[in-house]
Amino acid sequence: MTDAHLDHEASHATETSIHATLSGYLTGFALSIALTAIPFWLVMRGGLDNKQATALVVVGFAFVQIVVHMLYFLHMDAKSEGGWTLMALIFTLVLLAIALSGTLWVMYHLDVNMMPGMQNMIHKP
Amino acid sequence: MTLAETRPAEAAQTPVFYDLDEHDHPEGGSTLLGFWIYLMSDCLIFAMLFAAYGVLGHNYAAGPAPRDLFELPLVAVNTSMLLLSSITYGFAMIAMQGRRVRLTQFWLAVTALFGASFVGIELHEFGGMIGEGATPQRSAFLSSFFALVGTHGLHVTAGLIWLATLFVQVGKYGLIEANKRRIMCLSMFWHFLDVIWIGVFTFVYLLGALR
Repeated sequence: MTDAHLDHEASHATETSIHATLSGYLTGFALSIALTAIPFWLVMRGGLDNKQATALVVVGFAFVQIVVHMLYFLHMDAKSEGGWTLMALIFTLVLLAIALSGTLWVMYHLDVNMMPGMQNMIHKP
Repeated sequence: MTLAETRPAEAAQTPVFYDLDEHDHPEGGSTLLGFWIYLMSDCLIFAMLFAAYGVLGHNYAAGPAPRDLFELPLVAVNTSMLLLSSITYGFAMIAMQGRRVRLTQFWLAVTALFGASFVGIELHEFGGMIGEGATPQRSAFLSSFFALVGTHGLHVTAGLIWLATLFVQVGKYGLIEANKRRIMCLSMFWHFLDVIWIGVFTFVYLLGALR
């Protein structure tokens, strides 16, 4: 009982410190520069021939960069705080997916179905 | 415990103790987790602003479109400011781990400098847009654009105030436990803002310029 208690205390103390390393930050920074520069370069030179493909590539780079930031700058792993930070993140991502996809889906159909006469006006710049 | 399972009759006689008292939590032991949960709720705020932009971003009301307004070179400079501030904050964290007070302060100041130039460039961009008549009232696209990018800018401004406060506190009290904890919280906040900015420059600026 007391041993378990002491272990618990000890793990409490070590969990509060994030362990940052110089090589970790530099790796993250180098990856981020590449992952930022490539999509900017791609769009500024006019994109690929196919706009949809360009958009997909750009979004893909963003997702990879978000993961890089999470790992190297925010020090995410399954162990910190006994796994609760990862749990909170996964929960948030689920909420985020429901809210974003739900909003875009419902509002798109609202837009398309409710104002038949306005379509051309709305989408014209 | 194993005794109680194997010999229930004897276990009934021996007194059982329950640990009903809340055991000690070291001060600040749960601060980082709590702060992370705050960041997750902040993430939901930004998710809803992104959703609003996704829904309204095409409604120009015959006003200016992203292609007419956004200057990608300026956005690229802005993005690099934020990225540089992220790595300099990393250097501050490493200086903190090495218990070097002046060096920590130096990197915090450099981070604030990059952060301030980010906000400055953003305000310059907003000023230019408003000068051209592209105000938040002009169209639904511009309302949602200013709401999303402005909220991010406000967060960075709050981070700058926090940086200044920490600079003074580290100077006054040194790298005590409480200050270390604060530096780690701000580290999460600052890097989190950089993550949000990835979403902003991708979905708002780059995809906007592609339209």
